[in-house]
This record gives sequence, C-alpha cells and structure tokens, in this order.
Amino acid sequence: MTTTHAEPMNGGLPHEPEKATAEGRNKVLAFWLFLGGEAVLFGTLFATFLALRNQTNEGPAANDLFHLPLVAAATFLLLVSSLTSVFAIQAMHRNRPALLRNWLLVTVVLGLGFLGLEIYEFSQYVGLEKFGMTTSAFSSAFYTLVGFHGAHVAFGILWISLLIGQLAYKGLTTVTAPKIYVSAMYWHFIDVVWVFIFTVVYLLGKVG
Amino acid sequence: MDWITTVDHKKIAILYLWAGGLFFGIGGIEALLIRWQLIKPMNDFVDAQTFNELITMHGTTMIFLGVMPIIFALMNAVIPLQIGARDVAFPFLNALGFWTFLFGGLLLNLSWMMGGAPDAGWTSYTPLSGTAYSGTHGVDFYTIGLQIAGLGTLIGGINFLATIITMRAPGMSFMRMPMFAWTTFITSAIILFAFPAITVGLVLLTFDRILGANFFVPGGGGSPVLWQHIFWIFGHPEVYILILPAFGIISEVIPTFARKRLFGYSSMVFATILIAFLGFMVWAHHMFTTGLGPVANALFAVSTMLIAVPTGIKIFNWLFTLWGGSVRFATPNLFASGFIPTFTMGGVTGVMLASAPADFQFHDTYFVVAHFHYVIVGGLVMGLFAGLHYWWPKMFGRMLSETLGKWTFWTFITGFHLTFFVQHFLGLMGMQRRVFTYLPNQHFDTLNLVSTIGAGLMGIGTLVFLTNIIVTSKKPPDAGDDPWEDGRTLEWSIPSPPPEYNFKQTPLVRGLDAFWKEKTAGNKGMAPAEPIGSIHMPSATPLPFIMSVGIFIAGLGFMFSRDHFGSALVSFLFNNYIVTGLGLLITFGAMLMRSLYDDHGWHIEPGELEGR
Ligand code: HEM
Ligand SMILES: [Cu+2]
Repeated sequence: MTTTHAEPMNGGLPHEPEKATAEGRNKVLAFWLFLGGEAVLFGTLFATFLALRNQTNEGPAANDLFHLPLVAAATFLLLVSSLTSVFAIQAMHRNRPALLRNWLLVTVVLGLGFLGLEIYEFSQYVGLEKFGMTTSAFSSAFYTLVGFHGAHVAFGILWISLLIGQLAYKGLTTVTAPKIYVSAMYWHFIDVVWVFIFTVVYLLGKVG
Repeated sequence: MDWITTVDHKKIAILYLWAGGLFFGIGGIEALLIRWQLIKPMNDFVDAQTFNELITMHGTTMIFLGVMPIIFALMNAVIPLQIGARDVAFPFLNALGFWTFLFGGLLLNLSWMMGGAPDAGWTSYTPLSGTAYSGTHGVDFYTIGLQIAGLGTLIGGINFLATIITMRAPGMSFMRMPMFAWTTFITSAIILFAFPAITVGLVLLTFDRILGANFFVPGGGGSPVLWQHIFWIFGHPEVYILILPAFGIISEVIPTFARKRLFGYSSMVFATILIAFLGFMVWAHHMFTTGLGPVANALFAVSTMLIAVPTGIKIFNWLFTLWGGSVRFATPNLFASGFIPTFTMGGVTGVMLASAPADFQFHDTYFVVAHFHYVIVGGLVMGLFAGLHYWWPKMFGRMLSETLGKWTFWTFITGFHLTFFVQHFLGLMGMQRRVFTYLPNQHFDTLNLVSTIGAGLMGIGTLVFLTNIIVTSKKPPDAGDDPWEDGRTLEWSIPSPPPEYNFKQTPLVRGLDAFWKEKTAGNKGMAPAEPIGSIHMPSATPLPFIMSVGIFIAGLGFMFSRDHFGSALVSFLFNNYIVTGLGLLITFGAMLMRSLYDDHGWHIEPGELEGR
C-alpha cells in the first residue's frame, strides 16, 4: 500500500484519493491514533465487565438472559456490514461514486438492522427479566459495555449517512474521500470490538 | 472576538497560559487556605466539610486545570517552531481542545457557587465519592467537569502526535529533534493511552451517582477497589504526563546556558521512552495497603524502583552537561539548576514509598504529601518557571526583568523547602493527610507553623512573578530573534514574537541543535528548504467555542437531570433531558457546519512577505 503522487489518475481523481493531500494523510494518521485511544477505552470497559460479570446481586445471570440465536443474527448483520464497507472503499478507489454510495447505503441499512436487534434485546431484558441498569453490578457492566458499543454503532450510522449526503452534493473529491475512508476505518473498528463482545460477554456468559 | 475564533497555535498558547494561570491562582489560594487552617492545632478557621472541599479542589485544580494547561501552553508556543512547522497538524482541533478544557474547568469551579464543591479528595475514592457519603452535587461536578476537560487534553495529545510525526522540517529526523519536542511526543502518547481509562472511570462513577448503577457499590455487587485500579492505571502515567515535559524544558535550558550540547542525547531519548513504558506498569504502588497480597505488592514495588534507573540517567546527563560548560545563571537556568536537586529529593522519597512494607507506615501521612509536592512543585513547577522565563521573549517579544526573576526564584525555592521539607518529619511522626486539624502537643505545632510560613513565601514568589509580567508588558518590545544569544534550536532563528506563518521559508535541518550548527558554521541563519512562495493559512472560526459551550450545557443538564426545582417548567426541562439534548444539539450542529462548509483557508502571498 505505498502511496505517491505519481500514481495513475483515474478520471481526474488519484488512485487513493484519501491520501492525495497532506490534510488527508494527516487525517488518516490521526484517526489511527484516535482508534488507539478507543482501544484503551473499550479495554477498560472489558476489564470492568470481566471483574463484575458474576456479581449478579441475586438478579438474573448471563446464563438466564442471553439468547444466542438473536445475538448471532445481530453479529451476522454487523460482520456483513463490515464487508460491504470494504466494497465501498474499493468502489471509491475505482472512482465509481454511484457504486460507492450504494455500498454505503447497504452498510447503513445493515447497521440499522443490528441496532434494531440490540434495542429489541435490551427491551426484552428490561421488560421480561426485570434486568435494568440498577439491578446488579453485572447489569451495570453489561449495559455500559454493550451500550457503549451500541452508541458507537448509532454514531457511525449517523456519520456515514451524512457522508452519503455530502457525496451527493459535493461529489467524490480529495476532500470527501478521506472522510469516507476514515469512517470505514471506524466501522471496522466497531466491528472488531463486537467480535470481542460476542466472545467475552455472550459466549463466555453462556458457557461459564 | 479575535481570541475566541483564533486557530493560531501561538495565540492558543497564550490562551492556555492565561487560563491555566487563572486556575493555578485559584488552586494556590486554596492551598493557602488549607495551610492557614493547619497553622495551629485545633484551629477552627474552616470546618471539616469545607476543608475536604478545599483539599479536593486544590489537588484537582492544580493538576488538571493549572499545570497541565501551562504545559500545553508551552507546547503550543514552542513545538511547531522547534520542528520547523508553520502550524500544528489540526489547527481547528487545537482550538477545540483549548475550549473544552476551559469550559470543563469552569464547570468544575462552578461547584463552589452551586451547592458545594467535590469533597472526596482529588482521587475520588469510592465509596467516599458515592452518593451515600457525598450527597451534594460536588462529585458530579468533578466527574462531568473533568470529563469535558479531559476531552480537550486527549484532542491536544492526538494533535501533537500527528504534528510531530508529519510536520517536521526537511532534514529533521527523529534523532535530530530537540528534547522538548521528544518529551512532548512521548507525553502525548501517554495521554493517548492513559486518558481513555479515566474517561471510562468517570463515566462509571457518573452512572453510579446519577443513574443508580452498581459499579463501585458493594451492596449491589460492585467493587470499590476496581475504582482504584482504573483511577491509578490512569493516575500513575498522569504523573509522567506532568514531569516528562519538565524534563524536556530542563534539557533545553541547560545546554543553552552551559553553551554545550546536551550530554548523552540518545540516552536521554531512550530514557524518556523507557520511563513512559514503565509508567504504565506500576499503578498498584498506590494500592499496597488495599490488600492485593504480598506477591502483587512485591512485583509492583520492584517495577516502581526500576524507574529510578532511566531517571538517574537523566539526572547525570544534566549534571555532565553543566560540568565544564561556561555556565550562565540567568533566571531560566537558575530554575533549571534548582530543579535538579529538588526533583532528586522527590525521587528518593519515591523509592522509599515504593518499598511496600515501608509504605504501610508512610501511607496517608504527610510524608506522602511532602513526596509528591517535591516532585510536582519542586520538579514540574520549577520546570515550568524555567520554561516560562526562557521562552517568554519568544512568545511576547519582551525580556522579563532579570532582577525580578531572581527574586522570584529565591523566594519561591526558599518558601518551597520551608513548606514541604518539614512535612517529611510531620509524616514520620504520624500526622495524617486529609485531616482538618490535629491535637496540640504531639510535636506537630512548630513544624506546621513553619510549613505555613513557607507557603506564604511561595505565594510572595508567585506575586513577584506576576509583577514581573505586568512590568514587562508595559515596556516596549525589546527581544531580538535570539535574545539569550546562545539559542540552539529552530525557534531562535525567527523573529520574537514570530509572524503568523512562523517561517517565511521552511528551514533545512542539517544536524542536532540545527540553529547552533549554522551559527558555529558561520552562517547567518537557517538555509531554506524551499523557495519563497504563497503560504496557506487556516481561517479563524467560532465553531470550537460554540461546540464547547454546547458540551458545557449538556453536562449541566445531565448533572441536574434527577433534581426537582422550584419551578415546574425548569424541572420539566431538566428531568426530561431537554437541557442535555439542547446542549448536544448545539455541539452536533456546529460539527455539522464544520463538515458541510469546507474551510479552504487563505493565503499569504510572497509580496506581503517581502513587505515586512
Ligand atoms: C504552591 C504551594 C502549594 C501548597 C502550599 C500546597 C499545599 C497542600 C496541602 C496543605 C495539601 C493538603 C494535604 C492533605 O491534607 O492531604 C495539598 C494537597 C495536594 N496538593 Fe498541594 N500545595 C501546593 C501546590 C501544589 C501544586 C502545584 C500541585 C500540583 C500540580 C499540588 C497538588 C496537590 C495534590 C494532588 C494534593 C492532594 C489532594 C488530596 O489529598 O486530594 N499542590 N497541597
Ligand atoms: Cu504512581
């Protein structure tokens, strides 16, 4: 993935438009740094969850609550959305703005599906199981960790939607390209975090 | 208006300096009130509750709102100049970082006027900081105010990392970078990896207090010790966030005034990296007495003591730099030379505290208070004074008065040792920390009196410094490009204060101490790395300010979301998160504006450059 200014131009747009300007390169670098910080943030939340996962305070425990088929479906939606965001970036690199927009749209729809399932899941716990933020240390840790991730997903959906709007009225340029690239990095990051949540929270909750 | 919309790193530096100075003053007044209360046994100048609020706000203000912003002020003023850059990587974010810090700090200090300041110590240990023991909104001001201010720090850290990685002038490899740029780089990296931990800690504590969560509430299955782990995983690296920039300043000042290159430059670099790395491994030395067990205690004791090795390397390098140099004791160098023994003493008591069995004796006594003030005041604050006197002419175009500078130094350092040296003995004799008074005839009386007199002397030293600033600002500008005449690094190769674009032509760096190298080679200035051309500048914008106002409103709204107010309308607005939503709307609206309207900036053309 070397980048120079001399790469083939593609209908006026360089091959990797996100790295064509100094500003774009700075943005990508800074976003990597930011994700480093985000990793510490989620790391701390995971550590907290692991410390408190058995502190159920006589409320429901992981084993009573989790419904793996539902979570598996949500996982599937999010994993596929990561793939579609890769397709979006590939479309961007081939300078196909319409295709790029469509893949971004698919990504957003899949993200919304994930978020919908999560909201449904939470409402089930609160309604049927009487499992709320205040129930136990376990419940607090669960809602905070998974909810933080959910908030990240919601923010990502909003962000990518706005970028789709910008794409419509500014077109694909060396200004919009870094924004789209960075939002895709973000989307992969929250996908990776989810893989950990699926393992640490749900699978571990079911088996141990 | 100009100040609200500026994105120029040199002006942001000045904003950081004034705001940090203001908070430093507030923290200093709090310190004097604490010392006044402790001047004699069984004093009733303040009551226990107020005393708790005073120590909490003193510690919190000093660390987060006083010295950190002054560090950021110096970094902003100097770093782009030292690496030969026209600006930081993200001028907009730079402004945003400042404004979130300021509004976070204002929120925190509003607590004095809105029903009680935080009172659980600057470490906010649970369950002391839970609603059971801390019933006012004080700790909410702490969690939310620090959260907002911390956001600004994180933004600043990322900005400096990106700036140093990508914006160095041609020829300035990492191993040719000035030490202050190095320590800024490493400090920013520590910020990036330490601050998210406290972000989470503060969120969890906020949730416990406002949403009734159970993270730290034993009755609900939570764990108070968990808070200590999270706090100190951030808190110990925080100490290095504070001291490494001071190391950087000392490493700039000493070579300049010894007219010699820094001894052992590369070992300084590696010592810095090693200290940062070890800084993350030792957090539990604050928790020896919580019952982690002998194995954990031993491991953390040993890893803590290891840090003495790279730190010792630094101390010896500074001494070897002074050794045989033609040393000039101008005010900056007085502070820098005073730093060395004072900081070393703090380091020695640090090793004593790191010995777990001994710490059972020292823990929560004035010995600890003496130790960390030797490090933070005798180390960092002395370093900041050195840096401020050193770079003042570059920042403001005026030399501070040397006479007043020397008065500042001697009163401050005398007051400092009077205040804190005796506290070692108070601690060893058993005087407890964070207790609002003590009984007579325990041999505490005289030493406390001495300590309070010393604090007053330090206050006088600070006032002399303020006088110096005022007197200097009334003089006409008198500082040349290289006012100390022995400047070694790039900032001294351009006018004081620098023009908006810093460098007319980006300099070509041909070695360590780039400017010194050119001077000794008989050249008049830096060789340019580019022809004179049009310079791109970012435009001023009020958006960072507006975004921070929004966050401030959202924070207040969330904090009072469970309260009942006299007016039904007000209660309605708060209880339904309408105020919070409004604040967030302002912030997100400003973000949207920022993203929709591309800022193409403006250009300074060669003609204008020549016109000067
Ligand atoms: C300049 C003169 C200063 C004086 C006279 C002073 C005095 C004091 C005193 C009397 C305490 C209370 C100790 C206790 O009861 O636990 C204290 C605590 C503290 N000070 Fe200072 N201090 C000064 C400067 C600073 C500075 C510059 C910083 C940091 C940059 C600082 C950081 C702290 C911290 C973190 C605490 C602990 C607060 C707590 O226990 O929660 N102090 N100081
Ligand atoms: Cu420590």
